[in-house]
Amino acid sequence: MTYEDGKLKVVGTRPIRPDGVDKVTGRANFGADHSMPGMLWGRILRSPHAHARITGIDVSKAEALPGVKAVVTGADMAESSGSADAGESAINLRDLSRNVLAHDKVLYDGHAIAAIAATSDKIAREALKLIDVGYEVLPHVMDVDEAMKPDAPLLHDDMFTEGIEPTPETSSNIAKKMVIGFGDVDDGFAKADVIIERTLKTAPVHQGYIEPHACVATISEDGQAVVWCSSQGQFVIRDLCSQLLGMEAADVRVIPAEIGGGFGGKTTVYLEPVALMLSQKSSRPVKMTMTRGEVFRATGPTSASSMDVKIGATRDGRITAASAEFRFQAGAFPGSPVGAACMASFAPYDLENVSITGYDVVTNGPKVAAYRAPGAPQGAYAVETVVDELAEALNMDPVDFRALNGAREGTKAPYGATFKVVGNLECLEATKDHPHYKSNLGPDQGRGVASGFWFNIGGQSAATVAINPDGTVSVVEGNPDIGGSRASMAMMAAEVFGVAVEKVRPMIADTASIAHNDVTGGSRVTFATGMAVVQASEDAVEQLKKRAAKMWDVEVEDVVWQDGAAHTATKDAPLTLADIAAQAGRTGGPITGNASINARGAGPAFTTHICDVEVDRETGAVEILRYTAIQDAGKAIHPSFVEGQMQGGVAQGVGWALNEEYIYSTDGNMENPGFLDYRMPVASDLPMIDTVVIEVPNPSHPFGVRGVGEAPIVPPLAAVANAVYDAVGVRMTELPISPPRLLAAIDAYKAAAE
Amino acid sequence: MAKQHVNTTINGDPVEFLCEPDQTVLDVLRDVLGLTGSKEGCGTGDCGACSVIVDGRLSCGCLMLGAEAEGREITTVEGIAEGDKLHPVQQRILEEGALQCAFCTPGFVVAAKALIDQNPDPTETEARYWLAGNLCRCTGYDKIIRAVMNAAADVRGEAA
Ligand code: FES
Ligand code: FES
Repeated sequence: MTYEDGKLKVVGTRPIRPDGVDKVTGRANFGADHSMPGMLWGRILRSPHAHARITGIDVSKAEALPGVKAVVTGADMAESSGSADAGESAINLRDLSRNVLAHDKVLYDGHAIAAIAATSDKIAREALKLIDVGYEVLPHVMDVDEAMKPDAPLLHDDMFTEGIEPTPETSSNIAKKMVIGFGDVDDGFAKADVIIERTLKTAPVHQGYIEPHACVATISEDGQAVVWCSSQGQFVIRDLCSQLLGMEAADVRVIPAEIGGGFGGKTTVYLEPVALMLSQKSSRPVKMTMTRGEVFRATGPTSASSMDVKIGATRDGRITAASAEFRFQAGAFPGSPVGAACMASFAPYDLENVSITGYDVVTNGPKVAAYRAPGAPQGAYAVETVVDELAEALNMDPVDFRALNGAREGTKAPYGATFKVVGNLECLEATKDHPHYKSNLGPDQGRGVASGFWFNIGGQSAATVAINPDGTVSVVEGNPDIGGSRASMAMMAAEVFGVAVEKVRPMIADTASIAHNDVTGGSRVTFATGMAVVQASEDAVEQLKKRAAKMWDVEVEDVVWQDGAAHTATKDAPLTLADIAAQAGRTGGPITGNASINARGAGPAFTTHICDVEVDRETGAVEILRYTAIQDAGKAIHPSFVEGQMQGGVAQGVGWALNEEYIYSTDGNMENPGFLDYRMPVASDLPMIDTVVIEVPNPSHPFGVRGVGEAPIVPPLAAVANAVYDAVGVRMTELPISPPRLLAAIDAYKAAAE
Repeated sequence: MAKQHVNTTINGDPVEFLCEPDQTVLDVLRDVLGLTGSKEGCGTGDCGACSVIVDGRLSCGCLMLGAEAEGREITTVEGIAEGDKLHPVQQRILEEGALQCAFCTPGFVVAAKALIDQNPDPTETEARYWLAGNLCRCTGYDKIIRAVMNAAADVRGEAA
């Protein structure tokens, strides 16, 4: 079926989300809201050292405490090898098992060592203090550039850099090197009239979801397990738990709770396998929750980065060459998003010569996890800062400079793909035309712009649709709803059936109730799972047409489906969905539709942001005065939730730019593991965030959807930094632009000018 | 130490419970009374997910001991709607799409109701500062602030 934009009745409107009332009344059940009779409470003992060898663990005193029912350590875990497919990326199971519970070394402050299940949370916490761990403290390294030095403390003796020929004979902290690009950059730089080269750094930042990780797990005597937890994908939780613990997938049923934010950080396991081990040992259900401190110390921040970017252009504004080296901190185990940074950062530009090198480097911090457009915000901060400086050196408007060199249909991206229909130039044009861009600024105020790109992915999704006897529709899918996706699923199904959206009820099934779905990540759900829902609905429409043909005794080819009913030329009265549903028992039984797909053709997202700031020269504080985000969404199914994604991405990006960072003591302990000292933006820090949704449809999706969730966090880091430069004349090459850092930079600038 | 016996009023109903001396109101609501609408995002008074109204004052459930509930009147997110009629704050949050993951939503509902009870005509800046104790990581606050301003207009009986 094709769906014409002008004729859509549901898609593009703003109904109240189907799960909304439960969420404003407190009924919705999140990860920590489930409990079971006879349940125990689990707690984890964590390393106080950034790097140490474990010389012994004595749990006997803890086990002897009345109320303690089980204690587990890394020694209780089977040895794991190989990797698990997590949809967006592969997960190394050996590393994962060592991250879940340390085996012989602790690699960061907060690394899990042992776990206890007891009859109350209080007893479990008491018992933690009775575990005796022997440590041989080792030197540690935090900074990515320090960690790359040949004499740096080594995290893994057996790590030899991948991606170098021949493989080095000495181990190092560099897990991997990658190089991408094309053309001849030396030749390109030789042709440039102006070259700008800068080194920039960013700090580790946390996804900052407000809901800490939580789960309840139970294993019965026959080895069948159930896990309730909030995650970005019940299937990845099931697969990782079963593989780590040597269980069969069908024996682990994961029931998805509502998820209180993830942003990439809930695509892996921390507590779930431990809760299962404790349940197995105690024969009781076990509930585990993390404190906020544990979330900060032991779950995925994203990489700190150190980046060199060089871009050259001719006097008339044409980029002749671009090169970069990205060094990303992976935390305790390999797997930083440096690959995506290499691939995404120059993607808004049409380049002839480009060369990008990336290094994935382990350090004594928590193992990084995906964070919204992983790797792209750091890379874009570096590239978009240099682009801004280059435009200024050429005396060009920064938007014009971007448009002149902008990626468009037919552009070959640095990662090798050739863009089909993309909305980059449309975003830049809308930026230039926006009243915000033309407005005036006062003293100490500045304006910055920056562009961003994200791939978006497709992947595996399954959906089923059931027609109920009264003509209502149940849609069953398998992706946790983090931002209103139930609404978009119901809306797309309603559009296909031609019924009101209230007639469609979406639900998110557990792992035993629907086939595999990749995680809610990669901005894939509205695109890929949406496509599965549309196809399952279309499948059901075909069944409905067959039943109508049977009821009328006509050929199915003579039946058309329109506005929620079957029509045929020889009958005046159509048969509505409800008419057909009521007769389903007589025409062949229940009516369902199914689709299982690996969605291809995800449409990349481009975006441009405009940010105005005012700098307080006395304190170094930066106020965001006005912000506009312009993004190509392909097609906004529910515009409020598209705008919401854009506004939320901006807020996170502003926090990253101005305040957020992991602060470590000289001993390698995190000094700010709480919201008071790790300061995320609050309502009084931000203005309204204006959005412009551009719709350049993705031809691969029935409604044109591209995916929107990740791209909006890509430009803000540079947009803010460029605005600060415009306000006070200093280029901030290190994030966050916290007041003391900015004040020091302003003072240095003043001193240099005098 | 022995458990404490507490008599209090929650969402208009008399409630009696036993709690450990170090359990917070939030612990009691969630783990003793099964009222899991109030959330724990930090346990240290920094996120507002546990917001409750105690004797008319907005408070963090995680910063108050269960024993301190004795003789008080507590309103939680479960008690904001009247019967099947949502409070304007709840209705406007739904209409604006001012919730994504919605983990912060119970806290915002309670905090915004407390604001409007006290000041039915807040400026945008007043609303932003009042709600500065409630963290939302998903929305960028834009739609939440709009919803609260519209809800205040509803309470005043004005068309927003
Ligand atoms: S849980 Fe009480 S303020 Fe965060
Ligand atoms: S909607 Fe997710 S934290 Fe506010």
